[in-house]
Amino acid sequence: MPLRSRGYAAASSDEPQFINLVQKSSFLNRDGDAIFQDPEFSRISSKETKNVNYYTAVNDALATALETDESAILFGEDVAFGGVFRCSMGLESRFGKDRVFNTPLSEQGLVGFGIGVAAQGATAIAEIQFADYVFPAFDQIVNEAAKYRYRSGNQFHCGGLTIRMPGMAVGHGGHYHSQSPEAFFAHVPGLKFVVPRSPAQAKGLLLAAIRDPNPVIVMEPKILYRAATEDVPVADYTLPLGKAAVLQEGRDMTIVGWGSQLYTLEEAVRRAEAKWPDRSFELIDLRSILPWDADTVIRSVNKTGRLLIAHEAPLTSGFGAEIAATVSEACLLKLEAPVARVTGFDTPFPLIHEKFYVPSIVRCLDKMEALFNY
Amino acid sequence: MAAPQRRGGGGVRVRPWLRHAVLFPGATCGSFYTSDLRFVKEYPTLPTYRVLDLEGQVINPAEDPGLSQERCVAIYRNMLCLNALDVIMYEAQRQGRISFYMTNYGEEATHMGSAEALTLDDVIFGQYREAGVLLHRGFTLDEFMNQCYSNARDEGKGRQMPIHYGSKRLNFHTISSPLATQIPQAAGAAYALKRSGKAAVAVCYFGEGAASEGDFHAALNIAATTESPVLFFCRNNGYAISTPVRDQYRGDGIASRGHGYGMHTIRVDGNDVLAVYRAVQAARALALRDAQPVLIEALTYRVGHHSTSDDSSAYRDKKEVADWQRQDSPNVRFRKYLERKGWWDDAAEAHAKKTLRAQVLQAFARAEKVKKPALQHLFTDVYDTLPPHLQAQQAELQRLLEKYPNELNTADFETSV
Ligand SMILES: Cc1ncc(C[n+]2csc(CCOP(=O)(O)OP(=O)(O)O)c2C)c(N)n1
Ligand SMILES: [Mg+2]
Repeated sequence: MPLRSRGYAAASSDEPQFINLVQKSSFLNRDGDAIFQDPEFSRISSKETKNVNYYTAVNDALATALETDESAILFGEDVAFGGVFRCSMGLESRFGKDRVFNTPLSEQGLVGFGIGVAAQGATAIAEIQFADYVFPAFDQIVNEAAKYRYRSGNQFHCGGLTIRMPGMAVGHGGHYHSQSPEAFFAHVPGLKFVVPRSPAQAKGLLLAAIRDPNPVIVMEPKILYRAATEDVPVADYTLPLGKAAVLQEGRDMTIVGWGSQLYTLEEAVRRAEAKWPDRSFELIDLRSILPWDADTVIRSVNKTGRLLIAHEAPLTSGFGAEIAATVSEACLLKLEAPVARVTGFDTPFPLIHEKFYVPSIVRCLDKMEALFNY
Repeated sequence: MAAPQRRGGGGVRVRPWLRHAVLFPGATCGSFYTSDLRFVKEYPTLPTYRVLDLEGQVINPAEDPGLSQERCVAIYRNMLCLNALDVIMYEAQRQGRISFYMTNYGEEATHMGSAEALTLDDVIFGQYREAGVLLHRGFTLDEFMNQCYSNARDEGKGRQMPIHYGSKRLNFHTISSPLATQIPQAAGAAYALKRSGKAAVAVCYFGEGAASEGDFHAALNIAATTESPVLFFCRNNGYAISTPVRDQYRGDGIASRGHGYGMHTIRVDGNDVLAVYRAVQAARALALRDAQPVLIEALTYRVGHHSTSDDSSAYRDKKEVADWQRQDSPNVRFRKYLERKGWWDDAAEAHAKKTLRAQVLQAFARAEKVKKPALQHLFTDVYDTLPPHLQAQQAELQRLLEKYPNELNTADFETSV
């Protein structure tokens, strides 16, 4: 059979491949210590950086956590050999089999186990192989981890628990290797939920999650594991949970997204700037889904008067709905148009129809146009 | 445990009432009282049922199922066909023509042996590495290819990743990636079959890894208490992706769990197609006759990588794989049996391999040419009919398709009706 380009993901189209968007993205630090101009990074004393991809940055964070906290353990399905996405590579041999190990194939078991470890005051870092497979552990997360502190009157808590899970679309994942289940967890008081967009963000947010005294879920956009590479500080550092990041300032429209969706939004903004040269756009990475940084979004929308939210999860009860409700309440008189959402449709995540389902560049641009024409 | 009990050097006889049966409601199997404080850790290890030795000789002639030449050749041909399918689809994935694939190498006997013992009325719930079961039930090469290509002829309408087959015609429920979810479902299906009075069982396949999920334990227990005629067929192939069984469980395999759920259980050599056939045939009869679940553990070895996303040399020695292939190939063993009977020879082998490869390639070429499912199928089947909000979303997509024909190019897709 003759070799032929990969034809399965997207059928012929004028749209650029996602990988190209990531490779030219301005969100990724390629200028070594330029990253230290960012106030969130400026307090890091060592200015050394290393160019690494997303999974290596995760690996670095995990190693740092294990190094700095003797109680920390790392476990999950296939974690010992490095994990199916290579995030725990080399850690078993470096930290020992009692600290880095495979669990039997049971998400409810391994998350419950992690809660128990954390409730004893130790640090538990659990890996769920795909976010799509977190649901067997839903009971342990929703009814147990999230309520452990509250129900005991703060006698007990499992704040040392962190759950990492790869999520979001990859172009060929279908129903069960593509989902973005953030909205399910956003409905659970007691949990925190973050979605890092890049290697440097992943390292800092993951370390913050591990050290935060509350159970935290970190959803890592799996498409970025190999695709996204940047110069990441070598030092041990954390980034704030519960804080959004303004990636680009602008006057006429606020655009909110998280995870890999941001690269699509970045390109949509580039095209929008070309299309409407007199307009400028404010792009916000929400980063934390719970608790979420309403202040930053409200402040932005009060300035721009327009809000576009984009996420891959379905429309109905997606996290965009929560943002829209909050902003409608807080910014009503400043809004030039109703809050707009571009999301997955209310169907299971498809396979062959993925490019029509996801909030693509063209769908986002179309919605921007509608916002301006309102 | 009911043996006369003595304590200390005095040989004092235990008072008779101590030996009486335990009457608590939880003691359902007739426990006796004892004053011997003892933890049980050593259980008898379950044997592994085998019909053929590695040379394809029947060990005990009474156990030879006596399948006809025609059936034996059909089984063997399907083993070869499955291999041909796997070779070409694996290669197709490497070339980027399909997005994903999982091979079945090494587990051919578990597939053909079990499928041969079932009827088309039996209802199958698979995990994913049971393509041979489907093949043996009559799934055509075109059907395999159409699914892997997500084309418009795929019964699943291009919605799931390759190898997530399903066939109403063949009573094979559509594969779902989340592991072990099908196991309690199979129990329920069996219960419904029993109530309908059909002479059919539900058969559920799963890996030894999936058997660690809560759903597995829930399934065995509910099948036992509801007396559902379901065969739980575990393919214990030694690995769950990279995880060896040592990290998966510490008991006597999966079969030992049958005891805990009060269930008929057998362990079988999964590389011996006749042993698998005999075990499943007998289990099926038992399940139907007594309305009981049966647990079957087939020991085998996953020769291929877990999937096209996996490189198993990262966690197991290539030599380990090669040794298994050389020393205990289910296909070779059965071929030797056929050759002893005079039903197969080198010429037949060469001819079968050639024609099967050609057939697979033809089906492959046909599937590649078929367009993808129409865009309307993004929305159909979420419910039985389209509710208003999905009608609105479909209309929105339609508007976008018309407005952006280049960016949202639909040339590869069938046009909506
Ligand atoms: C609930 C759930 N968790 C994790 C996975 C990811 N996963 C897919 S296959 C697999 C290993 C399954 O091993 P086993 O059941 O032994 O079957 P085998 O692949 O050996 O045939 C894992 C962990 C999944 N599909 N579903
Ligand atoms: Mg297995």
